Formats: sequence, structure tokens, C-alpha cells
Amino acid sequence: MKRHLISAADLTRDDAILILDTAEELAHIAERPIKKLPTLRGRTVVNLFFEDSTRTRISFEAAAKRLSADVINFSAKGSSVSKGESLKDTALTLQAMGADAVVIRHHASGAPHRLAGSGWLRGSVVNAGDGTHEHPTQALLDAFTMRRRLAGGRGDLEGRRITLVGDVLHSRVARSNVLLLATLGAEVTLVAPPTLLPIGVESWPCTVSYDLDAPLPKSDAVMMLRVQRERMNAAFFPTEREYSRRYGLDLRRMAMLPEHAIVMHPGPMNRGMEIAAEVADSTRSTIVEQVTNGVSVRMAVLYLLLGGNEPALSAPSTASTPSTGTEESTK
Amino acid sequence: MSTYLIKDAKVLGGDASDVLIRDGVIAEIGTDLSTDGATVIEAAGQILLPGLVDLHTHLREPGREDAETVATGANAAALGGFTAVHAMANTDPVADTAGTVEQVWRLGQETGRCDVHPVGAVTVGLEGKRLAELGAMADSAARVRVFSDDGKCVDDAVIMRRALEYVKAFDGVVAQHAQEPRLTEGAQMNEGTVSGELGLRGWPAVAEESIIARDVLLTAHVGSRLHVCHVSTAGSVEILRWAKSKGWNVTAEVTPHHLLLTDELVRSYDPVYKVNPPLRTAADVTALREALADGTIDAVATDHAPHPSEDKDCEWAVAAMGMLGLETALSIVQETMVDTGLLDWAGVADRMSVRPAAIGRLEGHGRPVEVGEPANLVLVDPTPRRTVEPSELASRSRNTPYAGLELPGKVVATFLRGVPTVIDGKLA
Repeated sequence: MKRHLISAADLTRDDAILILDTAEELAHIAERPIKKLPTLRGRTVVNLFFEDSTRTRISFEAAAKRLSADVINFSAKGSSVSKGESLKDTALTLQAMGADAVVIRHHASGAPHRLAGSGWLRGSVVNAGDGTHEHPTQALLDAFTMRRRLAGGRGDLEGRRITLVGDVLHSRVARSNVLLLATLGAEVTLVAPPTLLPIGVESWPCTVSYDLDAPLPKSDAVMMLRVQRERMNAAFFPTEREYSRRYGLDLRRMAMLPEHAIVMHPGPMNRGMEIAAEVADSTRSTIVEQVTNGVSVRMAVLYLLLGGNEPALSAPSTASTPSTGTEESTK
Repeated sequence: MSTYLIKDAKVLGGDASDVLIRDGVIAEIGTDLSTDGATVIEAAGQILLPGLVDLHTHLREPGREDAETVATGANAAALGGFTAVHAMANTDPVADTAGTVEQVWRLGQETGRCDVHPVGAVTVGLEGKRLAELGAMADSAARVRVFSDDGKCVDDAVIMRRALEYVKAFDGVVAQHAQEPRLTEGAQMNEGTVSGELGLRGWPAVAEESIIARDVLLTAHVGSRLHVCHVSTAGSVEILRWAKSKGWNVTAEVTPHHLLLTDELVRSYDPVYKVNPPLRTAADVTALREALADGTIDAVATDHAPHPSEDKDCEWAVAAMGMLGLETALSIVQETMVDTGLLDWAGVADRMSVRPAAIGRLEGHGRPVEVGEPANLVLVDPTPRRTVEPSELASRSRNTPYAGLELPGKVVATFLRGVPTVIDGKLA
């Protein structure tokens, strides 16, 4: 595995399966009365959030804390970022404070890439969502959820048919999912109105459909992407109701799915827009489960990036001396 | 004034000759000219061209002297082999009055390194609403002939039409930054496969091509003169080729970076590659080279756009657009056009000096290398290769996309009206 997790494309099949397998093991921690491992004691994980996000930040925070890391939450609001401090200066500050890993959420596509490649920081960088580019840990938790429900929690997703529906153009979740699912052998179909598909999508490792009804009977999982109502004003679609009719998952469409198929959504949902409330709350829905799995997957990512003695790891972080001065070796 | 004898230089890449420079003009051309009283420059194997003329330079003064000044920009120009540059109007204040263009003109004269011809804004404050006092700028000491809102497109068809008509009175030209604004709101890079993968808002080729198509038709309709700035797409080339086949008075320029670099570089998210119009695809690069070779594109213009490091040392979305160009332009043209066999040195003289001088209506630049002509000359050694080192550039800024790249050719000497501005590759 690389030192940073910026894109789902950074992961080989073996890397991805190692993360998912590790997450399966770590998931058992959550079932214990004391949900904590000493693995990352003395290591510092910074959650650097330039964009509002409740569930991703809390998920990373919970993951780091369950591994006993020191967690610093740094949100753009109320920090010197709102006074105009640059990403570079923020990074240099975090470096000076000895961050072993920086989990970054940023509204600009490529910001984590810049952070990792600029020499501003020596710790590992984990992309927690950048602009309309990628959100690799979301793709990992989605794959984890699919693997549990569709593949017995083992191996890859070879031959599974996954349908992603919605605003692909602006979706970092879609980009990361397409890349990771292809790596894991799944067959991905993107469904969206043509206005919400990027130019060049035909070169992606997936198929594209403008019609939602067609792929549903053969789908093992259908993932609904959030559609922002504001897109309507930019003429991406005529009205909310038309969008909902053509691309929303309602009970009629859910009935077209095979018996075993699951319904996913990365959240936050627009109930009644891309997904009907009855569908979101149905037994096929894995939406709450995805949130639970997010913690396990993020634990696995932090563990593998910061663990230090995993054979699959490349050179560990050089900024590994925590302020406590005691190095906890990971077993 | 000193006398210089350039010995054994290949004039426009042709046979070796001696060229004697005296009193600001080319006094003699021949073989075995007497060296008496002259400073001799041994130039065997080197190429002598008319001094280069840039139609498109951002010198940032007044307003952003932290990025570049007329003086530092003129130094960079001289080192790049230029004897005349056109300074774009998007300064602060905007060069939309006779007073501002005269200030830039005067600053250029004071440098003595390079003639600086201000470009006048087409509209007040580059806002696209009201015509600036084009006539006052034309009649000023700066004698402005090129008008452009560069950085912004004159997108209102009526304003564009009126500007084209109005400049006919003083033989001016409107240099259009062709960018349909609605199609490029928030645009970050070329729209294509790479933008889709990177999640960066696309700048589609059609946003350039649709404006060029409209403007060549407007130009034909009113019988005026249009120049298209920094053409970047294969589609634009086709439209220009068609407009020229109609005999319309349309000219165009291409930047060195669009002759070499592609949008694949954006995968690094390094804003040094952020530029407007954006880097396009390999197919566009090929089309642009062919168009420059066949004359569909008339000129190479640098779009030299200095920015301070903090405007590039940041995330892509907030970074400034633009890259340096003056000190590397000739090397890039050699690499992409000469060494590939698409253009000979006479062709380089035509595209980098003769035609841009004609478009800008400059007297004394872009002239033949003949006896009696003003000694605006550049001597180039095509043999050495150098690695671009940003800290060695004369520009005040460092945002070159060629850092670490090995490029061919070296400007050995530049003469402005017989006075060396560069000697032995260094400022004289």
C-alpha cells in the first residue's frame, strides 16, 4: 500500500482486500464492551475539515479514538483558515505539531493530492472527500457493505452487478466507487440524465445507461447518489419532480430488483427526491449499516497507514515521534 | 554608438554571412567584412533573425509589481530574443485611458531593453459594457493599435461589432480572448476525459470556437480586422482556416505552451499548469503545430503571465491562471516546430517577428535582415541544450511550467536599434 490514500486508484486488488479483511477483524471491537485497541497510542491524527461534514468527520474521529490515537479536530470555521490562511500554512502548522496522519476534507478537487505531494507535510494523508474528485474511504465502506451482504464478507466482488444512480458529474463517491469496484471485479452501471454525466465517462471502467428501469432486474446492489436541488437552477434537469420520476428509487422500482439485492445511499439523503422514504427505511436498505461499517473501514485504513510494521506497507511515516516520546509498537 | 560585426552567422538560417551593425542600422552584409573598429561577435553555426515581437505579454505594471514590472519583464523579453512586446491591458488600473497607456509606454522606453507597446482595453475596466476611449489611446504617445480585453472575452456581440468598426478609423485591430463566459463559469481545465476523472470543472473547446466563429463573421460583415488571441483547439484552427479562405482580415496567435503541453499534466494538480485557455489534448497540439506551419496561425505569442508564488503554491481551484513564457518561447518553438521539421528558421522569423509586427502595425520591427534596416536582431545558437531552472529567470516570478525540462537553443545576443540588450546570453 502507498503511504497516502488519495484516490481509490491508489489501491491494488490486494491492498483493497487487505483493508476490507482488516476492517472485518476490527469490526468485532465494536461488539465488545470496551471498544478500544492500544494500537495507535501516542500517534496523532488530525481531522482537517475545510467543508462541513458530520458523518465523515465523526466516523474518522471514532475510528482514530478506538485505536487510541490522539485526535485533533481542525475545522475551517473558527480557525485561522477563515482568516485567509493558506492550505500551505495550515499544513506547515500541522507538520510542526507532529501530525502522523492528516485526514482532509476539502471543497477543492486535488487538495489532498497537493497536501501529500507538495512536501509541506511528512505524515500520511487520507482523502476524506475532495471537491468533485474522490472519496476513497466511502468507496471502501461501500465495498465492505456489499461484500458482507453479497459475498459472505470474503474475497472480492467478482461478477457482482452494481448500479450507481444520480449526479455522477459532481459526485466524488461515484468516482471512487467506479474505480474501486472495477478493481474488485464488479460490473458497474452508471445511471443518470446525460447532463449529470461527465464528458469522457465512456472511458471509465463501467457502462452507462440513461434509463434506470433497464439495469434494475439484474442488479445486486443499487446505490443512489445525492442530488442537490440547486442543480435544477443550472438546468441540469427541469424540475425536482421530473428528476424523481425518471431517476428516483421508489417502491415500484425497488420491486424490480432481485430478491437478494440491496439498496445503498452514502448520505445525506433527500427523501422523496432520489429515494422514496419507504425505500430508505426498507429492510433492503443498508444505509445505517454503511455508517457503522464506515468506522471499521476507517480504523483499518488508519491502522494500515500508521501501523508501521505491516509487511504490505511501504516506507512508514518519518514524522513518527509523538509528543509523549514513547513509541507504541503495533502488534 | 558602437559598431558590431556579427561574423559567419546564418541569416534566417541560410548561408553564413557577416553582418555589420553601425548607428543603429544594418550597415553592411557580406563575407569577410573588415573588422576594423568593430566589436566582433563570432557566430559560426548560429542563426541571425529579426528581433522577436510578442503580441501578448502581461507585464503587471501598474498594480502587481510584486509579480512583474515593465523593467523586469523587458529584461526577460530581451533574454528571450524579443525587441518588442505588447503589454496587455489587464493591469490595475486597467490600461483603458491615454494616461495609463502612456505610462506603460514611457516605462518601456526607460528600460532601453525592449520596446513596450501597450495594448489598450476595448471596454472600460474590461467590463464589456462601454467602449474605452480607443481613439485617445490610438492618438496618444503610445500610438496604440492593438486593443484587447484579454483575460475577459468581449462577449456582447454588439460591443464586439462596434469595437471592430470603430478601430477601422485608425487601422487598429481587436484582439479577442475567445471564451464564451456562460460555458466556462468556474472552469478549471480543458473539458475532456481528464477533467471528468479529476473532478475539475471543464472549459470546453466549443466555448472558444463558438466565439471565434461569431467574430470572424462579424469581422467580415463590418470589413474590419480581427486578431484571435491564444488559439488552443483543433476546432478553432478549422474555423480560422475557413475564414482565411474567404479572404477575411483575420489573424491568430498560438502560445508556446499550447504547442507543447497537454492536459495530462493537470493530473499532478500542480497549478503551474493552470492557464487560460487551458492546456488541451495531444490532438489539439498537433493541429496547432500544423496550423502554425501552414500559416493558418500567423504568430507565436507568449501570453507571458507572471504570478507571485503564493498564487501558485496552493490548491488548484484557487490558483491564478497563467505561466511564464518570454525566456523560453524560442526554445519551445525550436523544439516543437524547427527540430520536428515543420518550420525552418525563416519561418520562425516570419511567425515570431514579421507577422506579429505587421499585426501590431509596428514600424522598425519584423523587418528583413537587409542593409539599411533598423538593427533589431537576435542571434540564436540552436545547438546547446539547457535545463530550465526557475531561479535563473529574469522575470520577477517563477511560474514556469518547464522547470527541470531540457530545451534546445540559446539566445546569444539581442540588439535593439543597434544596441546590444543581451550579449553572451546575459543582459548587456
